[in-house]
Amino acid sequence: MSTHVSAAASPEAGYNFAYLDEQTKRMIRRAILKAIAIPGYQVPFASREMPMPYGWGTGGVQVTASILGRDDVLKVIDQGSDDTTNAVSIRKFFERTASVRTTTHTREATVIQTRHRIPEETLREGQVIVYQVPIPEPLRFLEPRETETRKLHALAEYGLMHVKLYEDIARHGHIATTYAYPVEVAGRYIMDPSPTPKFDNPKMHLMAALQLFGAGREKRIYAIPPYTEVRSLDFEDHPFRIQTFKDPCALCAATGVYLDEVIMDDRGGRMFVCSDSDFCEERRSAGHRGSMLADAPAALTGDSTHA
Amino acid sequence: MLNDLPDAPLLSVRDLTRYYGERIGCADVSFDLYEGEVLAVVGESGSGKSTLLSLLATELEASAGSIRYRMRDGIARDLATLTEAERRLLLRTDWGFVRQDSTQGLRMSVSAGGNIGERLMAVGARHYGNIRGTSLDWLGRVEIDRGRIDDIPKAFSGGMRQRLQIARNLVTHPRLVFMDEPTSGLDVSVQARLLDLIRGLVSELGLAVIIVTHDLSVARLLSHRIMVMKGGRVIEAGLTDRVLDDPHQPYTQLLVSSVLAA
Amino acid sequence: MQPLVQLDGVSKAFTLHLHEGVRLDVVSDVNFSAAPGECIVLGGPSGAGKSSLLKIVYGNYSCDAGHIWIRDGGEMIDVATAEPRRILAMRRHVMGYVSQFLRVIPRVGALEIVAAAGREGGLDSQVAQDRAEEYLSLLNVPERLWTLPPATFSGGEQQRVNIARGLIADRPVLLLDEPTASLDARNRAVVVDLVERKKKAGVAIIGIFHDEDVRDKVATHVVDVTHFAAKTA
Repeated sequence: MSTHVSAAASPEAGYNFAYLDEQTKRMIRRAILKAIAIPGYQVPFASREMPMPYGWGTGGVQVTASILGRDDVLKVIDQGSDDTTNAVSIRKFFERTASVRTTTHTREATVIQTRHRIPEETLREGQVIVYQVPIPEPLRFLEPRETETRKLHALAEYGLMHVKLYEDIARHGHIATTYAYPVEVAGRYIMDPSPTPKFDNPKMHLMAALQLFGAGREKRIYAIPPYTEVRSLDFEDHPFRIQTFKDPCALCAATGVYLDEVIMDDRGGRMFVCSDSDFCEERRSAGHRGSMLADAPAALTGDSTHA
Repeated sequence: MLNDLPDAPLLSVRDLTRYYGERIGCADVSFDLYEGEVLAVVGESGSGKSTLLSLLATELEASAGSIRYRMRDGIARDLATLTEAERRLLLRTDWGFVRQDSTQGLRMSVSAGGNIGERLMAVGARHYGNIRGTSLDWLGRVEIDRGRIDDIPKAFSGGMRQRLQIARNLVTHPRLVFMDEPTSGLDVSVQARLLDLIRGLVSELGLAVIIVTHDLSVARLLSHRIMVMKGGRVIEAGLTDRVLDDPHQPYTQLLVSSVLAA
Repeated sequence: MQPLVQLDGVSKAFTLHLHEGVRLDVVSDVNFSAAPGECIVLGGPSGAGKSSLLKIVYGNYSCDAGHIWIRDGGEMIDVATAEPRRILAMRRHVMGYVSQFLRVIPRVGALEIVAAAGREGGLDSQVAQDRAEEYLSLLNVPERLWTLPPATFSGGEQQRVNIARGLIADRPVLLLDEPTASLDARNRAVVVDLVERKKKAGVAIIGIFHDEDVRDKVATHVVDVTHFAAKTA
């Protein structure tokens, strides 16, 4: 990825800027403003059909489309990586429909749309991170009725959430929920942070950037304004803990970051590497070298480039 | 002796009425219930006893009449004036509801321990070890093998499920418990054991109970007082043994005479 | 001495709605009283309404007219009109009733049944335990049976458990409905002795005794219930 920032061109003829019509964008912005005003509260919105299937980030895309301006710089990641199919197609979608500049560098981006990760690099003021959310309702696991879950939120009756954690400990001896680990936002609403690993939960706490969450199929938008308290639920005797990794990244030797397991061959060879590909790449260009960097296939070290 | 009788009722019901369209669900029901009293509501299907229970438990809105409940602070409140938050807090702390259908009263995919612990967590318990300890204690009190704490109710027999419901409800030390046919559908021997257990806990904890049953022997065994309902109205009420041994209304006499002597 | 129990114009009839509304008159205008230490024995042939009268006093049957005054602490309470919870409280602390039949919860042992009745009647749990043992011994219930539920006992054994249960607490009023029926002479004598003890303790007793020898020994007055036979107009 040598070309980090692609040149802005004029949007493809026939599309409104960023695909959605202005009325729709205004409707979504109103939902976003309401979501920011009530941190963690799920605001219903009239989710539109998008030219991609549900499950491909239609909620996140609508939020991104509604907040993008011509000067924004967009980064799209999927599981921490900028070049998986999902990330690439969403990035291309906005290159074509909004002609905004795109980047893989966290630092350069003003809007980051993500599926399942928060970048390792600390986000700063002025940045917006947009999460793609499949199931926004954290209580759904134990309470299938939407009328009831809305009441539970309204009255802050959250005992049920702890029942889920209790069940985890009873079955596994510890809280085994590792993704979509529920959080309490600003001391009030319980929120599903989307299927990010719980490793990323502490990054949400007092984050300088604005966090927006879009669920297309479920038609919900929610938000965490900058510098909001975000607390992961736990028990006094089973406090919240993030995953730890035994070894540093095999490519860039980073520690304290979230690692993916990569299978190297069919003989059991494997390595653990940064899930945040941009972060890993930057460290390597700065001279950090992991134990297996020399042996890693080119696809992993990011020597491929995309248009 | 005068001094061992509380003078303020826990529950005070006046002219409670519910219509389903033109049809009477229950009409003009009035009574007081005091702490430690067990009131049985008997009658056949369609007599209005289930409607009455739903009204009392605030699951159904009354067409007319009032229900006043003396809260833990000693102040009697009209239940219709409670906010939704207050009403629900009452339901999960000071009240209990043991249902005939255990799948309605339990979370079937949550372990026995989680079922019992839910109310504790709902009122802020955040120490796993303590919650579990309390759950274990209650399993013992309702005579369920403590080793079953992590099993889900789907794996339990009918009698065990009812006992688990009781534990789940009593864990917050409610003062008023509603029971809707808690023993029906169980084998006779299982029923007897459950009745023993309920009887013991009710007197040990000084619970006020309103139990709906069509089974007069259950009413005789558990209740102090009885209300006989027919066509949505209370037709006879009083001391349980007096109503059952000296029934006055034709319908009550019919009910009593239909029971094989126990 | 002030009576503990005073019946005042008590009348009772049953209306059998399932049998064409037949009206069965039981008693009419009953008046008598029982003072501390007195044992009023109800006399008359069977069917005269003796048992029904005891049940009326206990609140088990309603009465159609009149008052049943029973002293509860400093107050005279009318059982005919008292609310259920008051009657239940009086049954715990004021009046005991011993019937001919033992009605108990299965699974509970004989000794515990008796001791529990004592605790319910206000005895300290150790006192209740000791007295339960004492009464069961006096009534010749073999010790090996004490921990067993009485459901399996013989009729006589069950009745003796029942008597122990009915007499264990210190209630000021006792209603005895043929407690000696089907007991042998030895156990009848024990019951007579226990009744005498109660009288000495100032308990007011109203009882039905079929054995003449028992009746003669315990009665301070005999009230012939046939005098209260309903006057049919």
